[in-house]
Amino acid sequence: MRKEKEVDAVTIRFAGDSGDGMQLTGDQFTDTSALMGNDIATLPDFPAEIRAPQGTLPGVSSFQIQFSKNDIYTAGDAPDVLVVMNPAALKVNLNDLVKGGLLVLNSDSFSDDNLKKAGWKSNPLADSSLKDYSVLQVPLSSLTRNALTGSKIKYSEVDRCKNFFALGLMFWMYGRSLDHTVQWVNEKFAKKPEVAEANLMALKAGYHYGDITETIPSRYVVKKADISPGTYRKITGNEATALGILAASELTGKTVLYGSYPITPASDILHELSRHKNFKVKTFQAEDEIAACGAALGASFGGQIGVTATSGPGVCLKSEMINLAVMAELPLVILDVQRGGPSTGLPTKTEQADLLQAMFGRNGDSPVAILAPSTPANCFDFIIEAVRLATQYMTPVFFLSDGYLANGAEPWKLPEMDKLPKIKIEHPKTSDGPFLPFVRDEKTLARPWAVPGTPGLEHRIGGIEKADRTGGVSYDPENHHRMTVLRREKIRRIAETIPPAEVFGEKKGKLLVLGWGGTYGTIRAAVDELQKEGKKVSACHLNYLNPFPKNLGAILKSFETILIPEINMGNLLFLVRAEFEGVHAAGYNRVTGQPFKIREIKEVIEKHL
Amino acid sequence: MTATEALHYSKEDFISGADVRWCPGCGDYAILSVMQKTLADVTATARENHVFVSGIGCSSRFPYYMNTYGFHTIHGRAPAIATGLKCARPELTVWVVTGDGDGLSIGGNHLIHCLRRNVDLKIILVNNQIYGLTKGQYSPTSEKGKVTKSSPYGTIDYPIHPLCVAIAAEASFVARTVDSDPRHMGQILSRAYKHKGSAFVEIYQNCIIFNKDAFVPVTGRENRDDRAIYLENGKPLVFGKGGTKAIVMNGLDLGETDLAAAKKESLLIHNESDPSPAYAYLLTQMEYPRMPVPFGVFRAIEKPTYDGMLDEQAKWAREKKGTGNLRDVLYTEDVWTVAKKG
Repeated sequence: MRKEKEVDAVTIRFAGDSGDGMQLTGDQFTDTSALMGNDIATLPDFPAEIRAPQGTLPGVSSFQIQFSKNDIYTAGDAPDVLVVMNPAALKVNLNDLVKGGLLVLNSDSFSDDNLKKAGWKSNPLADSSLKDYSVLQVPLSSLTRNALTGSKIKYSEVDRCKNFFALGLMFWMYGRSLDHTVQWVNEKFAKKPEVAEANLMALKAGYHYGDITETIPSRYVVKKADISPGTYRKITGNEATALGILAASELTGKTVLYGSYPITPASDILHELSRHKNFKVKTFQAEDEIAACGAALGASFGGQIGVTATSGPGVCLKSEMINLAVMAELPLVILDVQRGGPSTGLPTKTEQADLLQAMFGRNGDSPVAILAPSTPANCFDFIIEAVRLATQYMTPVFFLSDGYLANGAEPWKLPEMDKLPKIKIEHPKTSDGPFLPFVRDEKTLARPWAVPGTPGLEHRIGGIEKADRTGGVSYDPENHHRMTVLRREKIRRIAETIPPAEVFGEKKGKLLVLGWGGTYGTIRAAVDELQKEGKKVSACHLNYLNPFPKNLGAILKSFETILIPEINMGNLLFLVRAEFEGVHAAGYNRVTGQPFKIREIKEVIEKHL
Repeated sequence: MTATEALHYSKEDFISGADVRWCPGCGDYAILSVMQKTLADVTATARENHVFVSGIGCSSRFPYYMNTYGFHTIHGRAPAIATGLKCARPELTVWVVTGDGDGLSIGGNHLIHCLRRNVDLKIILVNNQIYGLTKGQYSPTSEKGKVTKSSPYGTIDYPIHPLCVAIAAEASFVARTVDSDPRHMGQILSRAYKHKGSAFVEIYQNCIIFNKDAFVPVTGRENRDDRAIYLENGKPLVFGKGGTKAIVMNGLDLGETDLAAAKKESLLIHNESDPSPAYAYLLTQMEYPRMPVPFGVFRAIEKPTYDGMLDEQAKWAREKKGTGNLRDVLYTEDVWTVAKKG
């Protein structure tokens, strides 16, 4: 019987060629860990190229998962275990592996040719490059080939099963059950039983190899996490966003028209929604970003829910259409799954540098509401919230997700649909006298949403400035000023209906770490650890960026320094400085296309203490 | 209004009362008037179910003057907005009013894609071959060599032809009319209204300020007999005073012939429902001064609409999978349950 060691948490990274199936491997490991009761968080990282030349550095794709017996907030700073399929994956990922960490590598792939492609000057297996790590050389390719003797698949396809061998080995090492993956493979390849059989042969061979080989000193046990009771599933941000859109349709009782043009990393939402045509969701793959936004706005004009999704470059194109929604005062939800910019930037990497674009990126004084989810799972809640605010305030609402939230996964405690509050929408049906489309609700300042098809309420709206109350075309100077102020005030009043910001830790003191959106997990974990170490630091995380929660000013003024870490050059910092005079705010700004590391944030915080 | 109650409208019912601000003598007045009269006459749609969507330009002010629902949007994007509206509310009759700059320059992409999808929209492209609202620059339909404020030495752009674009996008209804012939315009607008699918109508319009009489060589009283052909389905393409000349096929091109001398079987017979767009495309190549210019319905074919198919697909999905139930989508087979302790 092999020795078993208990550990609290483990971070594993699978890395290989983008054709090696690393995302699939990571997904399977994640599903199984979630089903076995661990808390999990994942970080997929893949190149923009679909199939970069095999064995080269740009083609390396990886998937990192942390699984734990405790609550975790991120996919882990650095892998404890690195599984690499070739020398290129080793080259790209080795620096991240913790010192003394376990390196599992496919020794068959370390040919001269592959070493050269990956830029290794000498073979790292033969020199001292790997001396700081515990290395497990596994001839994955040949072991897989041996295991598949007798398989009915083509010889050329045999090598493609080696990721299942690696997965099987990791399953053995961490005492995971094979059941979920066996079932998944059988369903996935139901029409190709020979492929299913081959993958399962490789999976089981990898598992048994762990048992047989003498080179692995011990297995590890990660106990179940203490998770609050309920029904869970694993969810990525993009999945949660898509499901939230289905839910918003149900809660409003309306059809959602989802206009989108394919763009990384937002396309998965379109893929998901287009599968659910039996819901009241119509997907429209438009000819361009502008049309995608236009179609959504047209649907809003028609009294349904218009949603458009994109990433930063698409927001640039949609700006004029969003401004039309501002001027016409129609609901519109704009999903921006942020990625590295400017321009095409880093299409598959994360960043949160579109906040000021959402805030200001249009001509004229053009206020909109801005929300940002902060975990993969709460994308579900905030897309519903975006629909609520858009329809209650007759305004465009930005939903700023990011590449990290979009593709990262975590366990999600499923909501009970009947407990989610309905979103009540009323369209005027009649009018005493001529209909006035720009008479406002006293409380919200929203104008009435009269929809085509309602007899007697025929009216015209547009992008030209409108006369207060009547909505007629107006070039009157005083009217323009009044309408501009009203549009601003309407967005400000949203603060009346959103929850106050919360402080994690002491309510006043020396240092508050203020974050927004996708950095929540990292900041929360860093502050959590420092607080446990006895450090005086508090945290506050924003999901509402415009308007800010009403109590934010009071919170900020209760601390000597506000540290604002952002994966941009200071978007929120700029807004905080502009909005709250006398607050001493400092930024921590780094844009690498990767999420922050907990260690990195802790170091920055300690510098301010 | 009950279903059995007939709709009785007069032209006045479609006048919004907003002050019309086009230049005196602008061809848009005639188009507006004919549109208002046409909607009063075609009584299958209640007034509240008509929506006019426009972009930017002189003609795009159109919705303000129609006593219907209207949306004056942004430059070139009206087809996109109208597509979303029609998909969300298929029961509405959605009109798009655009111009040569709005529809073919800044908004060319949307126009093409709207037509190729066959979204059930009625698209009126008011073509005056000039930018009017920006005070007189050449437009994408201006003839080559045109001297304007932005082309003092003449344009070096080859013009784009609206109907060629529409036919190339395989629009299911394509027609042309002119502001100076209200009776013909009324017939064409009425046909467009009745067509199920994208109906594209080019209206030659006189910009009295910046491109006065641009179409007079074709449509002027003295010229139109020889230079205009009024298309009639199933009939030869006849023109000339008293109908003395006709169009024949001449290799892969069209040519003219003397009607009296021509063999009957050699005459080209107008067939607006030809499934191939090739014939209609040939008609779009008949341009002044090389040939007489056709007016009327170039093409009218039936094919399923985008909005119709969108609903069909949803219906199919509901039949196959049942009406969407969020719980089923949330609670996939991969869920796990954490029980209460103790």
